[in-house]
Amino acid sequence: MVIRALQDQGVKHIFGYPGGSVLPLYDVIFQQDVIQHILVRHEQGAAHAAEGYARSTGKVGVVLVTSGPGSTNAVTGLADAFADSIPLVCLTGQVPTQLIGTDAFQECDTVGITRNCTKHNYLVKNVADLPRIMHEAFYIASSGRPGPVVVDLPKDVQFATGTYYKPENSSHKTYRPGVKGDPERIRKAVDMMAAAARPVLYTGGGVINSGPKASETLRALVKATGFPITSTLMGLGAYPGDDDAFLGMLGMHGTYEANLTMHDSDLIVAVGARFDDRVTGRLDAFAPTARIIHIDIDPSSINKIVPVDLAIIGDCGSVLEDMLAAWTGGGKTANPSLKAWWKQINGWRARNSLAYKPSTEFIKPQYAIERLYAATKDRDTYITTEVGQHQMWAAQFYKFREPNRLMTSGGLGTMGYGFPSAIGVQTAHPESLVIDIAGDGSIQMNIQELATAAQHNLPVKIFILNNEYLGMVRQWQELLHGGRFSHSHTAAMPDFIKLAEAYGATGIRCTKPEDLDGAIEKMLNTPGVVILDCIVEKLENCLPMIPSGKAHNDMLLNDSTEDIGSVIDEKGRALV
Amino acid sequence: MNTLASGQSVQEPIERHILSVIVDNEPGVLARVASLFSGRGYNIESLTVTETQHDSHISRLTIVTRGTSSTVAQIRSQLNRLVPVHRVIDLTLEGLFVERELCLVKVAGTGEARQEALRLAQAFGARTLDATLNSFVFELAAGSDAIERFINVMATVGLVDVCRTGSAATTRGAGAV
Repeated sequence: MVIRALQDQGVKHIFGYPGGSVLPLYDVIFQQDVIQHILVRHEQGAAHAAEGYARSTGKVGVVLVTSGPGSTNAVTGLADAFADSIPLVCLTGQVPTQLIGTDAFQECDTVGITRNCTKHNYLVKNVADLPRIMHEAFYIASSGRPGPVVVDLPKDVQFATGTYYKPENSSHKTYRPGVKGDPERIRKAVDMMAAAARPVLYTGGGVINSGPKASETLRALVKATGFPITSTLMGLGAYPGDDDAFLGMLGMHGTYEANLTMHDSDLIVAVGARFDDRVTGRLDAFAPTARIIHIDIDPSSINKIVPVDLAIIGDCGSVLEDMLAAWTGGGKTANPSLKAWWKQINGWRARNSLAYKPSTEFIKPQYAIERLYAATKDRDTYITTEVGQHQMWAAQFYKFREPNRLMTSGGLGTMGYGFPSAIGVQTAHPESLVIDIAGDGSIQMNIQELATAAQHNLPVKIFILNNEYLGMVRQWQELLHGGRFSHSHTAAMPDFIKLAEAYGATGIRCTKPEDLDGAIEKMLNTPGVVILDCIVEKLENCLPMIPSGKAHNDMLLNDSTEDIGSVIDEKGRALV
Repeated sequence: MNTLASGQSVQEPIERHILSVIVDNEPGVLARVASLFSGRGYNIESLTVTETQHDSHISRLTIVTRGTSSTVAQIRSQLNRLVPVHRVIDLTLEGLFVERELCLVKVAGTGEARQEALRLAQAFGARTLDATLNSFVFELAAGSDAIERFINVMATVGLVDVCRTGSAATTRGAGAV
């Protein structure tokens, strides 16, 4: 009945790992060929793969794991999906109902453990509830603010027979997320936008979650208004990264122009973004002169971190459409001061905050991403990242031009996310180029998934920026802890070429800048899984940076003459 | 500038709020509400819950919490995110409401202290539920402040046990919550 429900929900792929308490489901999977099962090598990998699948397609990602350790291993992926609002349905096996609570073999309180890291979860105790819960799970995961849903399935319920019914209507007796924004507020928002002298659009993952149409509408709105636009990490690609109106990512490692534009603006239009601490910097100095319009589908995001002047609850795509209609239909034009505002912004832009000192001796990590971008920008490419310096360099130097093309762990910051996520993306897009931009530390957190990629012929390319350090940790130790690099040097680095070969993949190493383009070409042209171990400048810092406890207009730039170890005060040191 | 994250600039006053939360009475719903409060660092001063509509399996929680008005607004939004929650009503913002709590207080003693305990209980309007030669169990249904006072005076006349239900509350007037 479970597999039937998955089929009726249009599921084509599930990511999982078998075990004692899900054997009945695996037996059914064996006897059908509508749904393809991707066998991972660790349940965390299954959850991240499903996330990559979901994020690159807009569909719900499905995970199937066994009870006990199967479900606890999946928890990191669930928490990651919860933080980044990614729709997942995770089916977990459970010991038979009569054994629940007896500390049975491979028993754990899955609904208890996952309660705070899922949007909702269920323990199915009666087969009569099973079809309703299965369909509800998909509805809840994918509607409103998306998120992961766990369905915990005791083994006896899997064996039980009952009356199955197809998904009828997508409604729930208490859960009814709104979609349309209040027209009166939208009119008011448009008036505020027309009056603003120094406006900025600040967009986030909500635009991407809303679907490709929302990104199109966003582009039309930027064109109609002429407003500058910046994006969070999760929102990259909703607006083309190579367009003139785009100021680059904002926040801790955002561009100088994006952060100063936010700081000096008189109107911030936040669309599907949640004022994360990585974005706002020091709160009491955040955008001191700005009025704020906040568009979000989740009322709890409103006024959570920053008080806003006008809140519009609704789906970003729908609200943006209504806004665009109100702007063009109402014959609105931007405030004439916008020209002067752009002049000021372009002045900040001329500061060229992403500049770095080129080297002919070592590969600069920024250069590596630039060359990767140059080699792949005209191809059908999906990028995933792990977490750390390489992730921020990817966000800064890879110009995402379409939504759903960047898969990265933003909210939870999960090292080990990128590679399994790339496996999920490649599963959904078998003909596309899928690259995991990785660090030497992160890639080792889910390296076992090389076997998954090999088994299922998923030709993911892994581009490692190898500096032999947990680079972001090392950078923070340099900034905050007197350069005492406690346990951030990854000694005993594996030979990634031999490692690739052990799994039947291809390994390439590149150490010289002049060899980089050739190595990237070779990676792209070699069939199957390829690891490109790119040995980069070891002590490079990821800049620009808003140090902890500082404001948007207090950035540390690449050419700062200050001693990097002295910029953060005691108070900032306590922040994360 | 006014900011909301804890420990930042302007201090808003801490207020006491009473929330009525209407939920589906399904397994785990109380755990969901309670762990939302603990996980996000909100206060629960008291919490009561019982199924109030048996045919539709709907329960009503009454939660007394303390926080700034923006924190309490955030609590309401977070509660509304929970799937089994039908609605959240902040009685403190709705206008006039009545609030009652029930407590059982046991005092033990003999002689003058015992007599004084009985006199004080009568003065507070408490009922005597159980009496032995050396103890009483009193029941008092009252506002939380009155109950605090009652327990404080009982402490001087041989208090040995206290049990309180936490507040139940509803709006004044004809309207349903």
